[in-house]
Amino acid sequence: MPILEHPAYPPATLLCLESLVPCRESQVSMLLSIFGERQQLSFPSIFIYGHTSSGKTYVMKTLLNTLQLPHVFVNCVECFTSRLLLEEILIQLQNHSSETRRASPVPCDTFNDFVRLFKQALVSQNLQDQTVYVVLDRAEQLREMEANILPAFLRLQELTDRNVTVILLSEIVWEMFRPNTGCFEPFILYFPDYSIGHLQKILSQNHPPEYSADFYSAYINILLGVFYMVCRDLKELQHLAALNFSKYCEPVVRKEAKERDTRKLWKNIEPHLKKAMQTVYLREISSSQWERLQCEEGELGQIKGLSAHAHVELPYYSKFLLIAAYLASYNPVRTDKRFFLKHHGKIKKTNFMKKHEKTSNHLLGPKPFPLDRLLAILYSIVDNRVAPTANIFSQITSLVTLQLLSVVGNNDQLDGPRYKCTVSLDFIRAIASYECGSTSVKTERTQTANEWR
Amino acid sequence: MSTRSLSKGCFVFKPSPKKRKVSRTTAYYFREGSSDLEDSELRFATCQSLQKQVKSETEQIEEELNEQLFDNLVSFLRRSHSAFQEKKTEWTCRTKSREIPTAALVLGVNVTDHDFTFRSLSEVLQNNVTPYIALLEAKDCPGIKNLMQKLLGQLMNCCIDVDSSEEEDYEHVSRSRVRCSMTTLINWYESATKRTDSETPGKKRTSSRHWQSPPVVVIFKDMESFTTKVLQDFVVISSQHIGEFPLVLIFGIATSPMIIHSLLPHSVSSLLCIELFQSLSCKDHLSTIIDKILLTTQFPLKLSEKVLQVLINIFLYHDFSVQNFIKGFQLCIVEHFHSNPLSVLCCQLEEAKRRVNSLSHNQCENVRRLPSFRRYVESQVSEKQIALLTVDSSLKEAVQKLLEDLNVYHENYFPILRCLHVFTSSLPKYPLGKQIRELHCACLENRVWETEEYESSLQLARMLNKSDLVTMLQKCVEILVSSPGREFDEIVEKLKEFLTQFQKLEEAYQERDESISPQKELQKKTNLYHLQKTLLELKESRRSKKLTKFEMLRFEVVDYIDSLVRHYLVPADHKTLHEIVYFNTASVLREHLNAAPRIALHTALNNPYSYLKSEALKSDGGSISNKAPDICIAYKLHLECGRLINLADWLEAFSTVVTAAEGPTADAASSDQVDDVIHARFIRAVSELELLGFIKPSKQKTDHVARLTWGGC
Repeated sequence: MPILEHPAYPPATLLCLESLVPCRESQVSMLLSIFGERQQLSFPSIFIYGHTSSGKTYVMKTLLNTLQLPHVFVNCVECFTSRLLLEEILIQLQNHSSETRRASPVPCDTFNDFVRLFKQALVSQNLQDQTVYVVLDRAEQLREMEANILPAFLRLQELTDRNVTVILLSEIVWEMFRPNTGCFEPFILYFPDYSIGHLQKILSQNHPPEYSADFYSAYINILLGVFYMVCRDLKELQHLAALNFSKYCEPVVRKEAKERDTRKLWKNIEPHLKKAMQTVYLREISSSQWERLQCEEGELGQIKGLSAHAHVELPYYSKFLLIAAYLASYNPVRTDKRFFLKHHGKIKKTNFMKKHEKTSNHLLGPKPFPLDRLLAILYSIVDNRVAPTANIFSQITSLVTLQLLSVVGNNDQLDGPRYKCTVSLDFIRAIASYECGSTSVKTERTQTANEWR
Repeated sequence: MSTRSLSKGCFVFKPSPKKRKVSRTTAYYFREGSSDLEDSELRFATCQSLQKQVKSETEQIEEELNEQLFDNLVSFLRRSHSAFQEKKTEWTCRTKSREIPTAALVLGVNVTDHDFTFRSLSEVLQNNVTPYIALLEAKDCPGIKNLMQKLLGQLMNCCIDVDSSEEEDYEHVSRSRVRCSMTTLINWYESATKRTDSETPGKKRTSSRHWQSPPVVVIFKDMESFTTKVLQDFVVISSQHIGEFPLVLIFGIATSPMIIHSLLPHSVSSLLCIELFQSLSCKDHLSTIIDKILLTTQFPLKLSEKVLQVLINIFLYHDFSVQNFIKGFQLCIVEHFHSNPLSVLCCQLEEAKRRVNSLSHNQCENVRRLPSFRRYVESQVSEKQIALLTVDSSLKEAVQKLLEDLNVYHENYFPILRCLHVFTSSLPKYPLGKQIRELHCACLENRVWETEEYESSLQLARMLNKSDLVTMLQKCVEILVSSPGREFDEIVEKLKEFLTQFQKLEEAYQERDESISPQKELQKKTNLYHLQKTLLELKESRRSKKLTKFEMLRFEVVDYIDSLVRHYLVPADHKTLHEIVYFNTASVLREHLNAAPRIALHTALNNPYSYLKSEALKSDGGSISNKAPDICIAYKLHLECGRLINLADWLEAFSTVVTAAEGPTADAASSDQVDDVIHARFIRAVSELELLGFIKPSKQKTDHVARLTWGGC
């Protein structure tokens, strides 16, 4: 029984549309009733929002294409300036009917020009008597353009005095868009997340021709059982399903199991999928590498993930500079004397810790420190004498470009620059453990003191 | 110079890039600095040819080192490319989301070397894979707009390079107002590839080295410096169009590939298909360079231990940059030929002999002044001494012979050094260092066999097991056979003899296998008392036992190696005329390569005599002379202050110092009032110090300035 009904469109087209947009029927029927018939004026602007891959773009595209409504589809990320955006809309509009792409760019710098050119384009394409839809995907980018762009698009129907509807697609709610000066409120439509049942239904729909739908649906069931906890992204799941399906089929291909032998198949695929969750899903190894591994039946150990290469080899003084920076970032200034001076006085334990310092410094994050302190700690933790040569200073700069340190505030060299250490404790541990001798012991001691606090 | 412009303004005249003129000026500078003009032309020419040789050699080595990496990259590009051409009808291809193939190229922290790597990489790709390469740097791309502009500019330009020239103006005109969007790029790609397809067969020859539809390679040179937003936007945009043209990204990463995950959120990184490529570690790279450049007889110039130490220290302690190491070596070459008049003899042996004959009298005197030559003369009989010191021709004869000796020494030194390295590099804890460069330094420094480390490594070598020993000997034989030295036949014979002896020993062992080992007996005893007794007996017997044949042989081998070392690895500065081929002024090199601006500034201000060389400034200890420049006086006074300096006190102290010499008469007149001139001089000195970054105005206290440096008196 068809859910979508509309007098303006033939039922066959509607049926086709319904099969293409599973689990989104209510939203589509809502849109259809807003759109009305071709020549009827529609709502000036519609704002559709929903989480990542909840089918916003796909539904709009299929809806407009299947019903063959005149439309323009623009991705706002791609058109990063307002000029590009406006010109892109005009170009698509001009090429609407003619098949050959005439890329004759019309200079269009302001919205005023756009309105004028838009009207011209409508006339030249014979679109005056039906609603034209302008879909702006990733509309959150509009907020970063000139202030007039977003309100103007919301009132495009009024400004052009033509039958046009602007549809904004976004992942964030309308409240984050609303400009201070107020604007025309669009019609707001929410696309809820797909539930696990929906996902199952959508994923099973597109099964490979060689295998039966039931077989594939059982596979999807297993896949969702493993991945649903970490990933609800339809696209990602589809990708993972395609990647691992050949492995699932293996027993069937080798005639070791039948298609109905679900348990056996599950035993075969489950550890494999778990491995995939730790590697491919996190992009530790690429999907092409994963496929090659499957083909060669090789061990996973052959290809190490990206995080296996976390160790960074640094020159001797860079290591110590980084360690010094870490210590300066996470130790309070008061403790420097205690940690880095040979003959510091004994400090009473009760006085030593102030109350507010009891929370771990690692939870508070790195604090900025001046250059002088960094160098003072460096001189203290390196065993032999360090000459303050130009190379040492340039090493600090290169640590900043490598994003291991970051400059805080103004970077006026004369005014005493301040830095922050941006690396983690594990990273510093790895670096410090590569140094041998008393220095690393000393560093380790200060670190443990640090943690103990 | 004149301009064709009517208006008034500043005009930049770039020097005309004529090579001849440039080289003449360098030659001029080369001559100007040197104290005497002995053979400076010839020295300059030798220096230049040597430089050129070193440069080509290092470039070749680097190419070889990078070959593996580049091969991997090219095959990666091929793979990702083939996926693009695949028919899309297959089910998996349809459902799988299209990811952008991405190579994460981990190059290490030596950022200065990356430029060379990227240059040769793009050359390799241009020659074998695709003409469409864009190299992007973070400093050019603060926003996505700039990035697209840069990208389009580079790609469309490279298209012009390939195409015929008649289209050039057309492209130039349109590029100025081209829309910087992905659509433009795709249209351009389509037309570009279509054009190459429809080219005449004659033209196709040039493009045949590229693939059918060549991928567009975008290289991000310094991934770390790109802002997150730019990268994210670019990846998102290009992933929209990945189906329409084959794009491949290459991320140049200096730290670790984890940076990709920290820069890009999962939603973006899931659009990439990242594969990791790692370049050779820079330490291995350096080892190869040292091995191929310094530890050969190929180049006549050698580095002394101290100089080599300076270069290696800069590498290990500061920058990990192989390019800088090579630059340092080149600086050594220039410095050696520039400062040492006798360096004219630092060339290949035959050439050097010829040059000896044409030495001037002055140069002969220079030779006689060399300390090593004087030592040599003193060791001769008296008639010979007189002849050497007074007759130029006999001196020349002697020099020729000595140079020949030196050459032979080098020919023998390096193979034997390698042999010794084979032994020492497999010992536990590496008493003489793991790398051959450490061993080299130890040998250059002084007699290596007198050091403790050598002693302990011999001790360890005497405990090596047989299989290790045999493989080492075999390696040594290989090294010696492949080296050009003349005296090695005998040594090789000897080593081979050792090897056959080991072989015989093994056969003998197999025959003797039947005898019951004491361990077997041991297992029979169960009583504790008996066990103890047998153990004691065993110990006794072991102590008094004679050395087995194997142990004897092992001792022999180690002793033989020791004798080789004593004979061939004499430190170079014990050799006569070593000054000619060894560059040993490490201090100059350190000054140039590892400058200490703070220390230099401090010496200049604290002890102006060191730079100004005026007798009046020769200070005697800590006192402040009023003859010194004002800034020096102010600097010295400020060293005595704490973190905040009271300007009034400072001025008073300053005026006291300045007026000190003028005597009490002048003092009495203006005791409470500071002279205006002195006041002005003081203000100038203070502002100069501020400019140099020693002090800055402070808001904590009125009339105070803050010190920015610490320490001092």
